[in-house]
Amino acid sequence: MDRKGLTRRDFLKLFGLTTAGIGFGDSLTSSALGQEGVRKVLSVLEGIVADRPKVIWFQAAGCTGCSISLLNSVHPDIAQVLTRIISLEAHQSLMAPCGKQALNVFEEAITQKAGKFILIVEGAIPTAEKGLYGRFGEDENGELTLLHWVKRLGDAAKAVVSVGTCAAFGGIPAAEPNVIGAKSVGAVLSKPVINVPGCPPHPDWMIGTLAHVLLFGLPDLDEFQRPKLFYGKEIHANCPRYFDFEKQRYAKHPGDEGCLIFQGCKGPIAQADCPQRLWNNGVNWCIGSKAPCLGCVQPEFPDRLSPLYAALPEEKIRTKFKPPEKKKP
Amino acid sequence: MTTHLTIDPVTRVEGHLKVDLEVEGGQVKDAKCTGSLFRGFELIMRGREPKDAQQLTQRICGICPQSHGLAASLSLEEALGVEPPENARIMRNLMQGINYVMSHLLHFYHLAVLDFVKGPETAPFMPAYKGDYRLPQKANEAVIGHYFQALDVRKKCHEMLALFGGKMPHSVTSVPGGVTEKPTVDRIVSFAGRLKEVRLFVEQEYVPDVLGLAKYYADYYRIGSGCKNFLSFGVFPLDKAHKQRLFKRGTYLQGRDGEMETKHISEQVKHAWYQEETSNKNPLQGETVPRVKKNGAYSFVKAPRYRGNPCEVGPLARMWINGDYRRGISVMDRTAARALETLKIVRALEDWIGQLKPGEKTCNEAGPVRQGEGAGLTEAPRGAVGHWIRIVEGKTQEYRIIPPTNWNCSPRDDADVRGPLEEALIGTPIKDPKNPIEAARVIHSFDP
Repeated sequence: MDRKGLTRRDFLKLFGLTTAGIGFGDSLTSSALGQEGVRKVLSVLEGIVADRPKVIWFQAAGCTGCSISLLNSVHPDIAQVLTRIISLEAHQSLMAPCGKQALNVFEEAITQKAGKFILIVEGAIPTAEKGLYGRFGEDENGELTLLHWVKRLGDAAKAVVSVGTCAAFGGIPAAEPNVIGAKSVGAVLSKPVINVPGCPPHPDWMIGTLAHVLLFGLPDLDEFQRPKLFYGKEIHANCPRYFDFEKQRYAKHPGDEGCLIFQGCKGPIAQADCPQRLWNNGVNWCIGSKAPCLGCVQPEFPDRLSPLYAALPEEKIRTKFKPPEKKKP
Repeated sequence: MTTHLTIDPVTRVEGHLKVDLEVEGGQVKDAKCTGSLFRGFELIMRGREPKDAQQLTQRICGICPQSHGLAASLSLEEALGVEPPENARIMRNLMQGINYVMSHLLHFYHLAVLDFVKGPETAPFMPAYKGDYRLPQKANEAVIGHYFQALDVRKKCHEMLALFGGKMPHSVTSVPGGVTEKPTVDRIVSFAGRLKEVRLFVEQEYVPDVLGLAKYYADYYRIGSGCKNFLSFGVFPLDKAHKQRLFKRGTYLQGRDGEMETKHISEQVKHAWYQEETSNKNPLQGETVPRVKKNGAYSFVKAPRYRGNPCEVGPLARMWINGDYRRGISVMDRTAARALETLKIVRALEDWIGQLKPGEKTCNEAGPVRQGEGAGLTEAPRGAVGHWIRIVEGKTQEYRIIPPTNWNCSPRDDADVRGPLEEALIGTPIKDPKNPIEAARVIHSFDP
């Protein structure tokens, strides 16, 4: 096809895009407030289910990426999750209450709703200097810490789910030199924790795990407390580039065709269903975009998988797969 | 009589923020902003393979990972002396641009709007501050309807980014030298198809909602002005040499436009929990040495200054420096500039998606480097972001990050001058100290 055959105008027309558009001046004088068009969307609120199971989401030392990934859920979408499946009692990035009012929501969960809520923690827990690298609220005795809150919320919760690799294993905050003493949630609580790692985790993994806990109880877990349903197999075993690996066709640079093992791909040791599930409504995934898997669902991430773009040592691959040919590409 | 107020936590932000207020005669007389979490990314980068920075630093922020990854890639490209091909420049603009749209929609509908609009009577919308929610019932309902609709639109934005970025949050394709993903025609049409839906929402709902809201809260054009200095690193290069950008690089200091040169940036720590001797240094000359119990300090955020001045960064700063918006500096101006910037970007994206050339190069090879320095300057949706790297013997020896929130939410500097958000809070009327909703509006207008 002659690419030049299609002018920019043709291209825009093809998609009903605009070339003219409204100027800022016009928009400044118009207002859609009060329009009827949102009635359909509002019907979502008419379907609010009463007495949904209570969930407290607590953000510790993380980046909010797990929360944003949760918002990317396709089926059910996040509006359904919030109005029909769970009652999200607290979540720092989404909750309307602010300051003392917000702190009270967490406090009341501990004192009045103990045993009646599921705790989801995002982020690692700073433990050095008595937790002072992560401060959160205060009481009459002074500053409180993330460590303080995770311990108390964790003790009061019916079940605890760690979402993301920071909460599950320490992740990047716990990377060397770890001056803040970042630890996983499991390491600071005395009760068992379900881990849903990933940086971030796929929304299906988070919602699927939560649904399992609510409907069928504890899911089947692997040695790292991850639901086997999602983390059951090495990415390498289901990779569409596995045939390239078998045929010893290796990518020479990131972006090349061929097995990415010499570009640092951690697929042979990373266990997750990314190759089948795909990401963001199925449009792509890491290896699909010609970039190596970083192994972000593993307890070894990132320190013991660094440098990120260096090939795994051969013995790590050999445990389950035939090693790659000695000679490099 | 002075009342002391603490808003801790400030919710509906990314990260951990606390604000202390002194209220006297129904007005804020003094304010202090505290960033209450330290993770130590700059320390984590030391001794690592330099190329790992563009992956690891994305994890600074799950809302704007694209911008941190890009800043890291740019700093590495300067250090390694490699230039990405045109396709990569365009794909990076597309990914960064659609993440701006995602972030601005998220900020308005899901983080900020609940300060102005009553949410549904269920968690997590209740409880909320009591206050003057002024929209008529129908308009209030319309905005809440858009709250849910915007959840869907912002999700689509991430799908568009993932087409070229692999996945979101934390995309994987931007590497020093370019982008690994290829602009195949199926990806181009998938992006363009979704873009139309996104543009319609921005044009027909987001911008009108913001401007409609502004009519009911017109007094907020006079509240929350702040330091009145702006800084922008510039973003969305329009040519290979980055000579032209959709938003230009520059400063606006004491009422005058000026150039931006990084040699005038310093980070000051008199009031931050870091070792005193590290204060007032240019980024790569500086060091990060935390001291969690330092007297007189109250934040993990350092105080970056330009020629010694606090500077506001973000959509209003970019639009102001670029000459796109100069109505005023306030809560409502910040909110309006953010919406109008979204409109400008969503239209630019329509141009850029048509410029990709399937089959042509997306990545130039970046060889290993033993020694070198580089600066990566770009703009995250919430403002200027800079990464600086020094490579010695093939490893990262020093890494410095100044994210936008350091500029906006900085504590007092070495001369005890307040940061932009602190200054913006001064004079804010507080009707009921138990429900300081007016302060929440000022704080959220910065998208901290």
